[in-house]
Amino acid sequence: MPASLLLEQSLNGLQFGLMLFLLAAGLTLVFGIMDMINLAHGSLYMIGAYFMASFAQATGSFWLGLPLALIATAIVGALLEISLLRRLYGRDHLTQVLATFAVILIANELVRIVWGSQPVLLNTPAELSGPVTLPGGMPYASYRLAIIAVGAVVAVLLYLLVTKTRVGMLVRAGASNREMAVAMGVNIRRLFTIVFALGAALCALAGAMLGPIFAVQVGMGENILILAFVVIVIGGIGSVRGALVGALLVGIVDTSGRAFLPLFFSLFLPPQFASAAGPAVASILIYLLMAVVLYFRPQGLFPARG
Amino acid sequence: MRAIGVFLLLALFPLAMQAMDSMFYVSLASRILIYAIAATSLNLVLGYGGMVSFGHAAFFGAGAFVVGIMAVEGVRSAWLAWPAAVAVAALAALVIGALSLRTRGVYFIMITLAFAQMVYYIFVSLKTYGGDDGLSLPGRSTVGIGTLGNDLVWYYVVLAVLAAVLYGLHRLVHSRFGRVIAAIRENEARAEAIGFPVYRYKLACFVIAGAVGGLAGALIANQSSYVSPSLLHWIQSGTLMIMVILGGVGTLWGGVIGAAVLLGLEHLIADYRIGWLAALAPNYQDHGGLAVGIVLLAIVMLAPEGLAGLFARRRDA
Repeated sequence: MPASLLLEQSLNGLQFGLMLFLLAAGLTLVFGIMDMINLAHGSLYMIGAYFMASFAQATGSFWLGLPLALIATAIVGALLEISLLRRLYGRDHLTQVLATFAVILIANELVRIVWGSQPVLLNTPAELSGPVTLPGGMPYASYRLAIIAVGAVVAVLLYLLVTKTRVGMLVRAGASNREMAVAMGVNIRRLFTIVFALGAALCALAGAMLGPIFAVQVGMGENILILAFVVIVIGGIGSVRGALVGALLVGIVDTSGRAFLPLFFSLFLPPQFASAAGPAVASILIYLLMAVVLYFRPQGLFPARG
Repeated sequence: MRAIGVFLLLALFPLAMQAMDSMFYVSLASRILIYAIAATSLNLVLGYGGMVSFGHAAFFGAGAFVVGIMAVEGVRSAWLAWPAAVAVAALAALVIGALSLRTRGVYFIMITLAFAQMVYYIFVSLKTYGGDDGLSLPGRSTVGIGTLGNDLVWYYVVLAVLAAVLYGLHRLVHSRFGRVIAAIRENEARAEAIGFPVYRYKLACFVIAGAVGGLAGALIANQSSYVSPSLLHWIQSGTLMIMVILGGVGTLWGGVIGAAVLLGLEHLIADYRIGWLAALAPNYQDHGGLAVGIVLLAIVMLAPEGLAGLFARRRDA
């Protein structure tokens, strides 16, 4: 197997993993602090991507559109939290599933009404449309490298925010023991609106960055939502560090499975079986990974609750 | 005795439709009844057993594919294909349940989801049997004297299966087994301390629900003589769960009410044009999901115990 292919697939896995982390970070905090199952998290990802497409077109620049899309999605997230989700914290998980499933349906239809049913085009910024040559002489899409850079920077910032700032301390307190945090005088309602808006902005960032690679279309949030849930369950619910590790694991396993399993199967299977079995087993791999992790570590890799 | 009244009405329904020359509604009704069976089977494990399974579509879809694959391979007898569907679904539930039931709470939700997605991808990869595109059946199953192709006959077959499933569920939850399951749901540690083999009871409950889910799958494959892998997708598991929560978790009629309301609502919005609403927004019917979502939200806020809970409270008052 050529080393360049291995490097390319590792970079692709890293890129996908970092974007999954942006989604999973918000989800794991919401889940960890408020014990709330939010299926509508994927809808924020979708809305972020659509905002990005519109703002990028209106301003004529990817980099001007990006902050606007993040702010707009954060506002949508905060409004959603204040108007609806706040009323669901005290309810059981099943009610939360039903209500946020309803939010998915509503969000999908609103997007269809505003932007139409056809996928929306979102171009890579012109300066990042070509390939760059990596050390070792391999060409690689510069936009994908930019995604890795953005994801890594945000991961570091988020780490500093959670471990070094006062807001981060309150978040960690809320995730490890909510009642105690409230008893100590933390304004958990305001904290949660902030966390939710931040999570929405991270969703929008992932949606905006992945938009030029995947299609911006209705329903794009549903499939990636399940991957984000897999990530936070592997990492341990409520743990940002766990979300990062889980996201990178899922990203790399998924990407390399898709790239290498068909090759691997073709070594000993007839081609028609290999081409069918490869993608199927690759899709199954991450769920298998989750099942194995849960079997040995039922609380995930980095349990947040002490 | 209310149950007999409901089934009498359901039995008379197609005759009324025939008189009004609207046989389309008979076909729609049998579809709703099949989903009612699937939702009822989920309600056994989710409502009565307290095990929030997010992967019930795996059993529903597996049952459908067993009937589909056997029909394509030339085995169209219902007496062979349907028990095979039930057996495969039960076997899948046995394996998935045995592994999943070692976890609790949210982790149980996620691991059942994970296994169901694995089953989904397995069937998508079966290119010989349609893969992504799904599988068209040569026709409905045969029962010896002929096929079940007639929509009126088919409706009564589905209705009979639903009646049997509801009666079986009623007997099951009032049996010793059902009471042990309820005890485990209310306080697992205590049930364990009393000496019940909790794990085995939960697994048995999970397998029974999976088997009935497979039976519903066998019916849905026949309904439109077409099997799609979307029957196995997590959205399908979510939809069945929504039906159960909507209708009433842990109530006998919960699954039936939920299926009827959800599918009925979708159909109603698509087929009936409301004048004043159309004047405001001419293509509002293309956005049926919006109305369904709003109604679901309203129900969450106004009827915390599902629609069956709403009826029950009104009876008490």
